[in-house]
Amino acid sequence: MVTATTISIVTARKVAASVVDPEIPVLTIDDLGILRSVVVDEGRVIVTITPTYSGCPAMGQMEDDIVTAFERIGVEGVEVATVHFPAWSTDWISEDGQRKLRQFGIAPAVSEQDLTCPQCDASTPTMIARFGSTACKALMVCSSCGEPFDFFKPF
Amino acid sequence: MTITSVTSLLAHADDNMVLAQRLGELISNAPELEIDIALGNTALDHLGVARALYTHAGNTEGAGRSEDDLAMFRTEREYTNLLLVEQPNGDFAHTMVRQLFFDVYQMELWRDLSTSSDTTLAGIAARALKEATYHMRFSSGWVTRLGDGTEESHRRAQDGVNVLWRYTSEMFEGEAEQYHPAWSITIESALIEAGLEPGADPYQRTGGRSGFHTEHLGFLLAEMQWMQRSYPGLKW
Repeated sequence: MVTATTISIVTARKVAASVVDPEIPVLTIDDLGILRSVVVDEGRVIVTITPTYSGCPAMGQMEDDIVTAFERIGVEGVEVATVHFPAWSTDWISEDGQRKLRQFGIAPAVSEQDLTCPQCDASTPTMIARFGSTACKALMVCSSCGEPFDFFKPF
Repeated sequence: MTITSVTSLLAHADDNMVLAQRLGELISNAPELEIDIALGNTALDHLGVARALYTHAGNTEGAGRSEDDLAMFRTEREYTNLLLVEQPNGDFAHTMVRQLFFDVYQMELWRDLSTSSDTTLAGIAARALKEATYHMRFSSGWVTRLGDGTEESHRRAQDGVNVLWRYTSEMFEGEAEQYHPAWSITIESALIEAGLEPGADPYQRTGGRSGFHTEHLGFLLAEMQWMQRSYPGLKW
């Protein structure tokens, strides 16, 4: 059993990095690039994150999930800090994260010209709605296979 | 602009808070599902900006006031939002014209503040700039479609411009005057594209930044704040 005093930085980093986005559970906060730092300092564990979109309601959930992930291994009282600068960008999503998004059926953030259908790879999708199911996504439809799909907005 | 005052942080937070509440009124009431989702998303962005700015204002002030204290326990006279954002939604054309006027103003504001030496503010602004740009594509697209649509939609869009024009000068009071030329150019070309005339009414209403509001804000705040005021500290 570890505690806030005995946890190693490697473990702490691993625990924080394992927390997933509640809306896109294939992505961890590490894949998303919002995990900025994990500090273990004399019995305190401080996890620093950068918010994605201003209006992302999942941010609050992720903060709670970070605390819970540590509690699960016996570490209480983890502090989650928010840093706004520099502002998060979809460029911070890792390559692994982009691959996982695509497998999940969401087209990762690329410019609209480079966008391809995550189902059939055709390159001629059209936009159905600029505002999709969550703040980070637009709704597209593939003009080749006819499947609608989410597009992670470049941001 | 590099100096961050609590006063200006609160003014910008209030703008976003009040507009979020206004747009929130349209959730489940918009003309169609896609618009409902778009307005809900836009409201959430404004709410998120407001939250970040309230938190930053509270920290800068150093008196221990949280984002909830600042949003829920300040009175109408203490709110310093622009009169524009507290105006009722009216019809969809009014809502889109109000949004366009505000989006273009916010783009100029956030572009400027994203280089602030206050890095927290710069980060909030950099993110909000991308969002305002995205919102503006939606609002300008609709203003064009409505202005350039049917006789009825044109009449309503023009009516929205005429009614809301009197609240536009207020956006450019004091240091914000620097944003006025760019705003005018963008708005003028958007209105031309939509086949709409700029407002002709020279009578401009101001007072929001000093806490003197139109009659609409009190009702909005009453609805928004009653739960916290009835049950202080209540959590979701």
